[in-house]
This record gives sequence, structure tokens and C-alpha cells, in this order.
Amino acid sequence: MNAVSHQSVDIRAAARARVAALPLEELNPADPQEFVDDTVGYIFERLRREDPVHRSHSPIPGIDTYWSVTRYQDIMKVDTSHGIYSSESGITLMDFPPDDEQKLRMFIAMDPPKHDEQRKTVNSIVAPANLNNWQDLIRERTAKVLDSLPRNETFNWVDRVSIELTTYMLATLFDFPVEDRRLLTHWSDMATSNKLTNPDAPEPEVRMAELRKMLEYFTRLWNERVNAPPRTDLVSMLAHGPATRNMGPMEFMGNLVLLIVGGNDTTRNSMTGGLLALHDNPQEMAKLRANPALIDSLVPEIIRWQTPLAYMRRTAVVDTELAGKQIKKGDKLAMWYLSGNRDETAIPQPQRFIVDRERPRQHLSFGFGIHRCVGNRLAELQLKILWEEILRRFKVIEVMGEPTRIRSAFVRGFSHLPVRIPG
Amino acid sequence: MLKVTFIDFKGGAHPVEVPTGTTLMRAATDNRVPGIDGDCGGNCACATCHVYVEPEWLERVGSRTASEEDMLNLVAEPLASSRLACQITLTDALNGLVVRTPEAQH
Repeated sequence: MNAVSHQSVDIRAAARARVAALPLEELNPADPQEFVDDTVGYIFERLRREDPVHRSHSPIPGIDTYWSVTRYQDIMKVDTSHGIYSSESGITLMDFPPDDEQKLRMFIAMDPPKHDEQRKTVNSIVAPANLNNWQDLIRERTAKVLDSLPRNETFNWVDRVSIELTTYMLATLFDFPVEDRRLLTHWSDMATSNKLTNPDAPEPEVRMAELRKMLEYFTRLWNERVNAPPRTDLVSMLAHGPATRNMGPMEFMGNLVLLIVGGNDTTRNSMTGGLLALHDNPQEMAKLRANPALIDSLVPEIIRWQTPLAYMRRTAVVDTELAGKQIKKGDKLAMWYLSGNRDETAIPQPQRFIVDRERPRQHLSFGFGIHRCVGNRLAELQLKILWEEILRRFKVIEVMGEPTRIRSAFVRGFSHLPVRIPG
Repeated sequence: MLKVTFIDFKGGAHPVEVPTGTTLMRAATDNRVPGIDGDCGGNCACATCHVYVEPEWLERVGSRTASEEDMLNLVAEPLASSRLACQITLTDALNGLVVRTPEAQH
């Protein structure tokens, strides 16, 4: 482990020097390689200081030119000005030709009033009062997953814990057959895959074919439930909700992707990122072990630290000004939550992972404004229960090597983290 | 200084004294009143300082702002008396204000 750490320190120093030497106009935080290497932070450090709203260029077709918004307060301003900065053109930087079926319709990529109507339909299932109903089930499933982990052998935490738990949770929310739950993971991965940003990703036709299978499967569930009395699972709620019951198939597909990705890629990566952060900061782990009540501030700190969705895109619908820059109608912007969450003008000591941080909930990871994450309290509950059950069971979880990070500038996450539990 | 009282979901009263000009959200978070989160720090951007204003105070606290209306769409149990505490500045006319907090902030 030591050798690996030392090597990575060298890589990081080299990355910082490389970023410092680049001309400003060449800084492109949407380069997926920077996320694979976990070096994008050096780009943001420089942009926050030298050019906080930055005209960035990507060589990836469909991304091209975009604005990088890197400071906390500017991100807050864009996120809360939905009349100026629209979501209708999509939430990721990739542009598709008009009517390309790859561009999915989902309420996160809509403006009011349609956004508000569709969102309200799913709002109540993850409302805090409703979460009490899930609590025991989440704890029971978390305990079962942790109890089944191997001892004294190295295994992949991402697959055995993070994916397993989030997928279980999704199956519960959809009342989806539990034995088929890994299909949800598969569809989530398909939905976020993109051949243009990741050469290893499936071809667009393959991706759409898989998403059509997802639509078929869920249409079956929808048809069963639309003719039955309303229940509290998400499919039944969509089938009966006045704002969603007349959705066309592609819009149904889009909203399924939104709920599956929203509930899967995000919490999954916070589950891995939290373990890694505590491993990298043993003094914080010691604090937590000494006082497990700190889990309440640990959870939002993990979510800030990981920032599992690195940005959200907006598109200006009028000419406007932001931090002295002229933004033209039609320009696209990336609100880099990952950068805002490291902005020292908004968050004290942002480069440190602190389990008893003073105001841990003041972070950008859920977004702000009308598109703020609808499942935020559920995500926090899942992480809280996970850490309560981990502390109860394991004295130590050893990280055995470097993590493998996902090739994406949007989903900031992991595919592999080797760990070992002695005992 | 003026006095405001937060009544929690179970009926417990949390009276606090704050300087004139404080927002109702700060009055709660600065005094660790339970049931008000204020995640966005008072930017009308998260709807986690949702309160129900007691009927006799409704007129005096004034009307909602446009952005507040948008954000109140996100809360779990909106009522006619719903407000975001960060959008209410405490003036002397509001000395004695009583509000209720919801079961939880979404």
C-alpha cells in the first residue's frame, strides 16, 4: 500500500505542475482523463483563482465550447436563476442533433411548469415522513449485505457493497423483482455510457437497444399497476399521477433513466468515496470510532467530498452577464459542483475531509434551486445506516490498493476498490 | 432584541431572542432550534427552512416572493401558511411571532 501511495503522490505533483504550465485557454475540466486520474481538482484550483467563469473548449464532438462556472456563489446564482439558465437543452454538456432519440426526455431536463408537475408526482415517495417506512427494511438489507462479506480476502467494495445496496434500494422503490435487481445496475450503466467520451462504451445502437429492453420491462410493470389501485411504489405513482400518466414511451424511458441513475450512480459512489476518505484520513476515522454520533455530520461531509455528480449543465436563454463575462443566448454552462465544494471563500478548509465540520450540510452536491435533488434525504438515510452498521461490525476495513475511477466528467465515481476485512 | 417562538412537530416550544433585522432562518440556526436546516445558507435555494406561520401573524409577515413560491413547490406538505424562514426578516412589528416547523425538512 505504501509503494502505491508514494507513486500516486508523484503522479499528483506531476499533474499539478502540468496544469500550472498550461495556457489558461487550454484548461478543459470536462476531459474524462482528468477524472480517471483524479487530477481535475488542479484545474479547478487554478480556474477559481485566475478565471472563475472560464470559456472552455473540449475536443469531444457535441461538447465543443462551454462555460466552466467554478466558484460556489456563481454556481448558486446560476442554479437559482432558472428563468435565465434553462435545463431544457439537457443536463450534460453533450449536445445531440434535434430529435435524436439518444436525447431522453426527463423532468430534470425540463423547465417549469412541466418540471414542477412531474416532480411533484415522485416527491412524496422520498419525502422525509415516508422515509420512516423504509428505515427498517434498509437496515435489514444493509446488515445482510455486510454479514455476507468475505473475511481475510481481498474483494471489490464497489461491487459487493456499493452497487449491491443501491440496487437493492432501487428495486424496493420501484417494487421491482428483487432477483432481477442487477438489471437496474446494467441499465443505469447503459444510460450514462457515451461512446464519444469513452471509447470502451457500447455503440449508441447497442445502448438504445438495452434501454428499449428496460422500457419493455417497466411497461409490463406499468400495465399491471395502472389497472390496480394506486400503491406507493414509483411505477404505480407514475402510472396514476395526473402529470405523468399520459407520458409517451420515450418520456417514460427518460424519467426511468432519471430515477435509476439518480438513485444509483450517486449514492453508490458516495458509499465507496466515504470508505476511501476515511481510509485516507485515519485521524478522522479515529474521531468517528470514538464518537459514532458524528455520523450525522459524516454523511453530508462524505457527500460534499465525493460530489458524485461533478456538474450540471444549463443553457442561457437570454444574453446575460456572470462574474464579468458576457454570456450569450444559447451558450452552455457547466456548474462545477465539484469545484464549488472546494471553494475556500464559501467553505472553511475545503481541501480537508472533516467528520465534525461546523456546517457540513452547506455543500453543492444536491444542487440548489428548483432542480435540487429530490432523493437527498433518502441518500443520507442510506449512508447513515451503512456507517452505523459498519461501525457496529468491523474494527477495520483495509484498503488494499488504488481505486479505479470511472471515465466520465459527469458521474464522478469508481468501478473498483480492493478492500479486505480481517477477522 | 425581539422574541420569536418555533413550535416543533411534537408541540414543543422553542422561544429565542434575536436582534432586529435577523432573518427568521438565522434566528433558528444561530440558536440551534431543531427542525430548521437552512442548507443553502439563506439563498432561497433549498426549501429546508420551511415553516407554517400561525394564522394571527400571517398578514404581518407579508407575502411570498416569486422565487419563494417556486421553492415551496418542493416541500413535503405545503399549506397556505407555508413560508421559507430565510425570506422573512424580523422587524419590530414581528416581535412575538409564532411559527410551526414541519415533521421534517425535505
